Amino acid sequence: MTIFINETSKVIVQGMTGSEGTKHTRRMLISGTNIVGGVTPGKGGQVVEIENRQLPIFNTVAEAMAATGANVSVIFVPPKFAKAAVIDAINAKMPLAVVITEGIPVHDSASFYTYAQSVGSTQIIGPNCPGLISPGKSNVGIIPADITGAGPIGLVSKSGTLTYQMMYELRDIGFSTAVGIGGDPVIGTTHIDCLRAFQDDPNTQAIVMIGEIGGDAEERAAAFISEYVTKPVVGYIAGFTAPEGKTMGHAGAIVSGSSGTAQGKKDALEAAGVKVGQTPSETARLLRAIMGR
Amino acid sequence: MDLFEYQARDIFEKHGVPVLAAAIATTADQAEAAATAIGGKVVVKAQVKVGGRGKAGGVKLAENPKDAREKAGAILGMDIKGHTVRTVMIAAAAPIEAEYYLAILLDRSNRTFLVMASVSGGMDIEEVAHTAPEKLAKVPVSAVDGISLAKAKEIVAAAKFPADVADQVSDVLLKLWEVFQSEDATLVEVNPLVKTSDGKIVALDGKVTLDENADFRQPDHQSLVDEAGENPLEAAAKEKGLNYVKLEGEVGIIGNGAGLVMSTLDVVAYAGEKHGGVRPANFLDIGGGASAQIMADGLSIILGDKDVKSVFVNVFGGITACDSVANGIVQALELLGPKATKPIVVRLDGNNVLEGRAILKAAAHLLVEQADTMDGAANRAAELAAK
Repeated sequence: MTIFINETSKVIVQGMTGSEGTKHTRRMLISGTNIVGGVTPGKGGQVVEIENRQLPIFNTVAEAMAATGANVSVIFVPPKFAKAAVIDAINAKMPLAVVITEGIPVHDSASFYTYAQSVGSTQIIGPNCPGLISPGKSNVGIIPADITGAGPIGLVSKSGTLTYQMMYELRDIGFSTAVGIGGDPVIGTTHIDCLRAFQDDPNTQAIVMIGEIGGDAEERAAAFISEYVTKPVVGYIAGFTAPEGKTMGHAGAIVSGSSGTAQGKKDALEAAGVKVGQTPSETARLLRAIMGR
Repeated sequence: MDLFEYQARDIFEKHGVPVLAAAIATTADQAEAAATAIGGKVVVKAQVKVGGRGKAGGVKLAENPKDAREKAGAILGMDIKGHTVRTVMIAAAAPIEAEYYLAILLDRSNRTFLVMASVSGGMDIEEVAHTAPEKLAKVPVSAVDGISLAKAKEIVAAAKFPADVADQVSDVLLKLWEVFQSEDATLVEVNPLVKTSDGKIVALDGKVTLDENADFRQPDHQSLVDEAGENPLEAAAKEKGLNYVKLEGEVGIIGNGAGLVMSTLDVVAYAGEKHGGVRPANFLDIGGGASAQIMADGLSIILGDKDVKSVFVNVFGGITACDSVANGIVQALELLGPKATKPIVVRLDGNNVLEGRAILKAAAHLLVEQADTMDGAANRAAELAAK
C-alpha cells in the first residue's frame, strides 16, 4: 500500500497545454501514471496527443471529473492564474490537488487553503513542491521516476532535490510513497499529515522526514511523533549555516530571531526520539541501521 | 522585502492611516530644510532595517532646524548593528499621551492571518508577549473573509482599548487591513500607535514586509528596493535572475534546488571544521535547468567574490540531466577563460550521471576535479580552500 496516490489514481493536469504542463504530462505518462485528461479554460473540447495517448481537454475541473472520473489533479498553472485553478479544483470537490507552481503570492495560497478547509472536500499538496510518487504505481508531479522503486520507506520532505537525493541514497531499499510538501510559508499538506498517513499505512515500515529552516512545522511534527508514531523515524534538517533574516531560496526558508532555526528543529526531533543525521548520507545510514539493511 | 520606516509611513499615508508630517534627508542640509518645512520640534530618525536603533543613538529629538541639521549630521553615516545609515527621516514631534501596538501578520503555524493588538505599546512586543501575555490580544483573521468593521470592533474590544479611542483604532485597523491586503504584505506593524494629547490616534512608527512573489501584480514595489544597501554581488546575481545570497566564508557553492543547496552549505561547514574552519561563501541555487549560460553566470558571480578560494558544484540530476550540467560547466569555463582561476570540485549524481562524468573527464580542465559523493566533495572543496 501507499499513501495519497496508488495504481487506481486517475489524474488530470491543470495547465496541460502549457509548456511545463506538456513536458511533465509526458514524463508522468512514461512513468506509468494514469493520466485521463487536462484542464485549460477556453480550450475545452480539444484533444492533445502526448506519448500516443489522446487526452481530452476540459474548460473546468468539474467537467473533467464528470467525463473521466478523475480523483487527482496536478496543477502546472503560472502563479498569476494558480489561485483560480486551485479554486476550480476545490469547487469541483476534487479529492486531491497537487500544486507544483512556484512563486504563488502567499495571500493567494492562504486564501485557497482557507477556502479548501471551509469546503472540506479537497486535500491540497504544495504549492511550490515537486509532488509525490508511489514508485511503480503513480507519479504525480515532477519527481524523477527512475531513481528507485517500490519498497517499505515513507519519505516526507519540504525540498525537491533533497527528496531525490534521499531516494537515491536509499534506492536499493525503495519507497512506499515519497511526498514533497513544498517550501512555501503556507502549504496544504504538512509533515504531520504525511506522518499520520505513513503510520497508518501497513506497507510503510520506516519514515524519513526532511525539514528545513523557517516556521515551526518540524517542532510540531516532533510533538506529533511523540504521541502518535510508533514506526521508526529518522530526520534531516537543512539550513544550519543560514544566517538570520536571509531567505534561502524557498520563500519559507528564513530564520527570524530565535524562531525557525535548524538547531531548534533538530533538538525538538531528538527529544521525540527521532535520530537526526548531520548530512543526507549520514541520515540514510541511520535508517539502514534501524532497518538492519 | 522589508521596508524602511519612511517607506512604510508613505504606504500608510496612501491608504489613509493617520501619520505625522515627515520628510527624508540624506544630507544635513536637507535635514535642516525638512525641519524648517515641518516647523516646530522634530524627531530625526535613522532609517535602517534593524531593531534597536533608539538605543544605538539613531533617534534624536531636535528643538529647531539648526539642531535638526546637527543631529542629522551625527546620525548619517552611523553604523547600527552593521547597517550604515544613509537616510534619516525628519518627522514632526507629537505630544504623546498613550502608546499602543497593532499588527497584522501571516501566521504560518496556523496557516491564516493574525491580528495582534495591545494597549501596552512602545516597547518590545515580544517582551510583552513573554512577561504579560494577557496584555496582548491575538485574533485570527480568515484569509477569505478579511477584516470587516464588525471584526475590527471585536479585536479592539478584545485588546481592551479605552472607549474614547476605540472607534478611531477600529478605523485604523480597517485601513491597515487595506494596506496588508492590497499591497500583498506579510507583516504590517505599528509600534507605537499613539494617542496624542489632543486625543488623535496616529501611527508613529511602522514596519512593513512585502511578499516578493506578488511583484507581478505590484509594479510600484520595484521602486522600494534599496539598491544602495544591496551587496554588489547579490545585486549582480539578481540582474541575471540567479538566486544568490552572499555569506562570509571561502568555499563558493553552486547547486540545484533550494533544499540541496542549503544542505550543501551545512555539509561544507562541517567539513571545514577539519580544515581550519573554512565556511561556505554563498548560497546559489541555479534551479532546474542548468544551461551553460546559467552555469557561466553563476560561476562568474562566485569567482568575482574575492573571498572565494575554491568552488563546489553540487548537482543532483532530477529533471536536469547531468550531461547537460557537465556541458554547461565546460562551456562556462570556455566563456570565462582566464577569469576562472579557482579550483572547482564537481559532484554529479542522478539522471545521466555516467555521461556527465565522462564529459568532464574528457574535457580534463585543469581547475576541475570530480568527487563521487556529496560528503567527499565537500571535504575536498574545504581542503582546497584551506590551502
